[in-house]
Amino acid sequence: MEVPKELEKEADDFICHYPQEEKGSASLPLLHLLQREFGYISDDAISWVAEKLGTEPIKILELVTFYPGFRQKAPGKYHIRVCRTLSCAMAGCHQTMEKICELAGIDRSNVSHHDPIAISTDGKFSIEFAECLASCGTGPVCLVGDDFHEEVKPENTEQLLQQYK
Amino acid sequence: MVASKDSGENLVSVQVDDHWISVPRGTRMIEACKQAAAEVPHYCYHPKLTSPGNCRMCLVEMGMPPRPSPGEEPELDADGHAKINWMPRPVIACANTVVDGMGIRTQSLLAKECRQGVMEFLLINHPLDCPICDQAGECTLQEYSVEHGNGQSRFLESKVKKPKNVEIGPRIRLDDERCVLCSRCVRFSKEVVDDDVFGFVDRGSHSVLTVHPDRKLENNYSLNTVDICPVGALTSNDFRFKMRVWFMRETKSLCTGCARGCNTVVGSREGKIYRQSPRENNDVNSAWMCDTGRMEYHQLENPARLTEPMIKRGKKHRTVDWPEAICRAARDLTKFKGEQLAIIASGRMTNEELYLTRTLAESLQPGVVDIVKREGEGDDYLSHCDKNPNVNGARKVLKIRSPGSKLKSIRKRIVEDKIKALLVIGEDLIDCGFTEGELSSLQCLVSSHIIANPTAKMSHVVLPGAGYAEKRGSMINATGRLQRLNKAIDPPGQSREDWEILHELNRAVDGCDGVTELADVFTQMASTLSIFKGLSLSRIGDLGVDVMDTGETVPLLEREARRVSEGLIVG
Ligand code: SF4
Ligand code: SF4
Ligand code: FES
Ligand code: FES
Repeated sequence: MEVPKELEKEADDFICHYPQEEKGSASLPLLHLLQREFGYISDDAISWVAEKLGTEPIKILELVTFYPGFRQKAPGKYHIRVCRTLSCAMAGCHQTMEKICELAGIDRSNVSHHDPIAISTDGKFSIEFAECLASCGTGPVCLVGDDFHEEVKPENTEQLLQQYK
Repeated sequence: MVASKDSGENLVSVQVDDHWISVPRGTRMIEACKQAAAEVPHYCYHPKLTSPGNCRMCLVEMGMPPRPSPGEEPELDADGHAKINWMPRPVIACANTVVDGMGIRTQSLLAKECRQGVMEFLLINHPLDCPICDQAGECTLQEYSVEHGNGQSRFLESKVKKPKNVEIGPRIRLDDERCVLCSRCVRFSKEVVDDDVFGFVDRGSHSVLTVHPDRKLENNYSLNTVDICPVGALTSNDFRFKMRVWFMRETKSLCTGCARGCNTVVGSREGKIYRQSPRENNDVNSAWMCDTGRMEYHQLENPARLTEPMIKRGKKHRTVDWPEAICRAARDLTKFKGEQLAIIASGRMTNEELYLTRTLAESLQPGVVDIVKREGEGDDYLSHCDKNPNVNGARKVLKIRSPGSKLKSIRKRIVEDKIKALLVIGEDLIDCGFTEGELSSLQCLVSSHIIANPTAKMSHVVLPGAGYAEKRGSMINATGRLQRLNKAIDPPGQSREDWEILHELNRAVDGCDGVTELADVFTQMASTLSIFKGLSLSRIGDLGVDVMDTGETVPLLEREARRVSEGLIVG
C-alpha cells in the first residue's frame, strides 16, 4: 500500500490536533482518510494507522470492525448502502434492495454478517444494508457514495442507477 | 456527612444488607460488601486490574442519606444512622466507592432480578459445553448459574457461531463462544505486562475477543490470563483436557525457577502433577507468575529420573539399597580430609538441606565448599536474573560469600591431584564446565540429583533426590523473604527427600545428629542462626516472613502500589 505524500500530510495534521499521549484519538479521522483514498480499509491500512499512532494493530482492527461505515473489502465503482432499520424496512427496503440487485446484476446469496458487501459482475456497483440513515420519514432511503436518496421504491430504482454511469 | 462524623481515622459507615460496618473512605462498594460477608457476583472486576464496569453482574441496590435542609435534623434509624433513601435504579458495586451513610442491598428483589437478567444474556450464545470444558468446576459462569440463574432458557433462536479452538499463542487456545467479554485478559496484558495484544472485534452479539492476525500472545506471563479468565474461554495447552479440576489435590508451595520464589498452588492427583498456578502473595508475586516457572514442574517427569541409589562397580552402576549407599558414601568420603575433599552444593537446595550440608561439612572438614552460580535473563516484572531460588539461604546457612567463585580453583586442584574426593549435591558438574577427564580422575565422587546426568554417570555413589514439588523445606528469596516449599507428590521409586539423604549421611559420618524430622532441622537451624530466631517451619506460614533486608525491590509490585495509590486498582 502506497500512501500518497499529501494524504500522509493530511493525516499528520489530524494527529497534531491531539495531545501526544492521546494520539489514538486520531484513529477514526485517519481511517476515514484512507477509506476515502482507497475505497476500503485493507490490512495494510490498519497496520499503517497503528504504526502512525504508535498503537497495536488490534486496536485499529477493533474500530474498523465495530463501525459498519468502514469496509474491509474493495467496493464497486459506486457503493450503495440501503437502510434496513425499522421505518425503512416497513417502507419496503427489502424490495428496493432486490430490485437494485436485479438491475445491477448483483448476487447477494453469499452475503453474511462478516462479509456484507456484494459486487455486480461488471464491478460497477456494490451494495450492502446499512442501519438507520436518519431520514426515517422518507424511507426507503439509501446512500450511493456520499449522495443521499429518499423514497427509493422499487419502481424508482432504475432511474436511480441511471444517474451513475 | 451526617450520622457518623469522620472520626479522623478516615473510616465511613456503610450499611450492607441491614448491617452497619465501618470501612476506609474510598473503599469500592464490592469490597465493602465482601467485608460484610456479602459476596457480590462479578466477572469483569479483578482487584489487581482497572474496573471498566462492563459485565454488569455486580449490580446492587444503593441508597443515600437524604440531605437535610438548613436547620433541619436528619431522621435517624434505631442505630442512630440517618435514614436511607433507596434509589430506584441499580448501580455497579465494582467501580463505585462508598460514602458515609451509604446503604447497599445485595439481596433485594431488584438486585436478584438484575443478576438473573445478566445471566440470561450471558447464556444466550454460550455453547453450554461444561462436560468437556476445562474450567468446569471452577467457572463462575457455572457457579453463578446455579446461584443466580433462571434454571431454564427462554432463547428459541439459533446461537451465534464464533471461532473455537483458536491458537492465539504458543501456550494458549481461545474459545470465543465461551467468552463473556469481561476484558480481564485484555487489561492484564495491557496493564500488568505491557503487551497490549488483545482486542474485541465486531459488535453486539457478534463481538469476539481476539488478537491481531500478525500478533501472538506469547509474552512470558501469558498463562496468567488463563487463571483470571472467569470462564473456559482461555485454556492452557498444557492443562487442556488432562484432568477434571475437582479431582486434583492442591498444595500451597513455591516456584523454584528463580530467586523471586513466586507462591504457587500445585494441582496433583495420584502422584502426578497436572498444573501449577500462582497463589496471591502481595509481598512477592502479587497474583502472577511467569510461564517459564509455571512449566518447570515438567522437569519432574523427566524419563531420566534417578529412582534408586547406585554404586559404581568397574564401569557399571548397580542399584543398591539406601543403607548400603549411605554407608559406602560415608566410608569413602571420610577417607579424605581438608585439602583433598570439596563439597559442591546447590542454590536450589532448601535451607534445611543446606544446614545439614553445613553440619556434614563440620564433620568432614572439606577444604572448600561452594555452590553453582546460575545467572540467566531476568525481566522488569517478576523473573529474576538469579535462577537459583535460594542463594540467600546458601549465603546465610552455608556461609557462601560469592556463589560459584571457587569452582575454577576446585577444577584446577582436581587436575593437580590435590582434590581427590568430591561430594556434589543437586548439580551437574559437566554442565558447569567440569570435564569428564577431571571427574574421572577423582578417587571418590559422590553425587545426589534427580536426573541421571553426566555427573551421576561418573559418580561412585549416586543418591537419588527429590524434585522441588516432592519435598518440604524453606528458602529465602531475592528480597529476603523466608518461604515454605511443600510436598505435593512423593518422589519416584526409592528416591528420597534430600534432607533425609543428608541426615542419613550425617548420622553415618558422625553418629547421631539429633534430628528425627524435618521440623527438627529448622529448630536446630533457628538456634544456631540469628536470622531464623524465634521461627519454626510451621511458623513461616503460607505467605512467608521477611528475615533479611537485601535492598532489592520487585518492579512489578512497585508499579502495582503506584496504581493502588492512584486509585486505579484495589490491589
Ligand atoms: S477470554 Fe476470558 S478473560 Fe478474556 S474477555 Fe473472554 S471471558 Fe474475559
Ligand atoms: S518469576 Fe521466578 S519464581 Fe516466579 S514463576 Fe517465574 S521462575 Fe518461578
Ligand atoms: S430507518 Fe431508514 S433512515 Fe431511519
Ligand atoms: S463486576 Fe463487571 S460491572 Fe461490576
